[in-house]
Amino acid sequence: MFAYHFMVNAFRAGTIVAVAGGLMGWFMVLRRQTFAGHTLAVVGFPGAAGAVWLGVNAAWGYFGFCGAGALLIAALPRATGGDRSHESAGIGVVQAFGLAAGFLFVSLYHGFLNGVSSLLFGSFLGITDGQVLTLLLVCTAAVVALALAGRPLLFASVDPDVAAARGVPVRAVSAGFLLALGLTVAEISQITGALLVFAVLVMPAAAAQALTIRPGAGLAASVVIAVGITWAALTAAYHSSWPIGFWIATFGFGVYLAASGWRRWRSRR
Amino acid sequence: MAEPAVSLLAHPFMRNAYLAGTAIAVLAGLVGYFVVLRSQVFTGDALSHVAFTGALAALAAGIDARLGLFAATIAVGAGMAVIGRNGRADDVVTGTVFAWVLGVGVLMLTLYTTSNSTGNSAAGVNVLFGSIFGLSAGQARFAAVLASVLVLVVLAGARPLLFASVDDAVAAARGVPVRVLGVGFLAVVGATAAEATQAVGALLLLGLLAAPAGAALRLTSRPYRAMWLSAGLAVASMWIGLGLSYAVPRLPPSFSILAVATAVYLAASVGPAVAAVAGRATTAFSRPAPPAPAGAGERQTAPGSRTSSRARRADRPPR
Repeated sequence: MFAYHFMVNAFRAGTIVAVAGGLMGWFMVLRRQTFAGHTLAVVGFPGAAGAVWLGVNAAWGYFGFCGAGALLIAALPRATGGDRSHESAGIGVVQAFGLAAGFLFVSLYHGFLNGVSSLLFGSFLGITDGQVLTLLLVCTAAVVALALAGRPLLFASVDPDVAAARGVPVRAVSAGFLLALGLTVAEISQITGALLVFAVLVMPAAAAQALTIRPGAGLAASVVIAVGITWAALTAAYHSSWPIGFWIATFGFGVYLAASGWRRWRSRR
Repeated sequence: MAEPAVSLLAHPFMRNAYLAGTAIAVLAGLVGYFVVLRSQVFTGDALSHVAFTGALAALAAGIDARLGLFAATIAVGAGMAVIGRNGRADDVVTGTVFAWVLGVGVLMLTLYTTSNSTGNSAAGVNVLFGSIFGLSAGQARFAAVLASVLVLVVLAGARPLLFASVDDAVAAARGVPVRVLGVGFLAVVGATAAEATQAVGALLLLGLLAAPAGAALRLTSRPYRAMWLSAGLAVASMWIGLGLSYAVPRLPPSFSILAVATAVYLAASVGPAVAAVAGRATTAFSRPAPPAPAGAGERQTAPGSRTSSRARRADRPPR
């Protein structure tokens, strides 16, 4: 399997994606921002489609749209307590309009069908050395930013009111997190496609939070699970004719089910 | 003015699109109102991915896509409600489930495109982004009838559902079957998702649920008025969007429908704030004016108080 260079690159890229996605996803799940995360993942599609239509590098489209989407969502009035209906309606509108715009760009550009499915569902097996390097740089930057802002971010995520009272700039931290998430997602979705980046973000994190509530252990578990799923999925995709996206989602779902089953069994004893 | 409208409806495909589109828009507006009120937009998002997988699974198995659509969305909608607390699904559970469903959808897409040697992957794109201009007369009528039935179901359950959505604890104490309502409601949302997929596609139906309802909830806080306003805005987006795509053939209909709906939402979010600022400016200018005579004042209080209450609402700090 490793005799092929494209598989080596797929493993390198997959590992980087898994580490960054596992860390970012853990905070996303903790902050109950799965819907925002999904929307950010999805707005990469119009970005890429628009870039292809205009004939510029797709990476600009991904970063531009995901970054703009993050700022837009951060500008929506943040819901506190039980009433989230306005915020979620706003996020939903951002997402649906983004996808509609993506569809418009794709239909204006006539290289129609293959383009859509590779933008939406990605292609793990055609990754170049240059792409791996960019991926590594962007994800390292995101992880370093996360490490630097980790403590206030954690504080603001767990209890925004107390954090605000203690002088943590909750709104700025929140906007910064969304922006970092958007940029990470923009980089990841160039590999996994706009629709499947969400699987890497949410599943390992959800499983990790079912296993432990301690932040350090949870972050570690999330990364380990993400890397494990990605390697297993790459191996399975290599040996079968089924797509990698299916394998990632299925292994992730299996781990999540096992983790929540284990938690239920533990709490019953 | 009448002539373009006549030529628009002279084409059978436009008549079909308007017939199905109107019914679907009314349904999506009504259901969307409750979806937004109950903060279940994310669940609607999940159901849109389920619709994609269901339709492609049916296509891969070689049966009518609508069968797969309805079976998958209704089953998953009700299932998520059963798993969740109080008939509402937790967002992490929702996210995990639909990420997996999407993975299965990718598999179905692969199976479908490889099994069809003709390489007809247009079906996948149609499921994702809709093809309302491609509806046959029979499909349009079926969609319209089904949407009307679902609208009646929603209206029949509107009162208890409203109660349960606003305050489920009190509603449960007053004997409203909150859990059953929650499960039934998500089943209806599932059916709505399946219906709307035929019009605007699995990926875009979320906009039809969220945008008109979000706009209506910004414009009024009175439940029934907001409900009908939401349905009206959805229908308006549908009509204008279809007309736009007819006039400008390069615009795909799903895009123009969603673009109009987004514009409506934007106007509703920004509009009241602007109106409040403008209202404050005019009252500041007109303050030195002498009070109006009693008879004239009587007539003006009703609309006047309404605008001032709207201004007050918009003045409130964002929640």
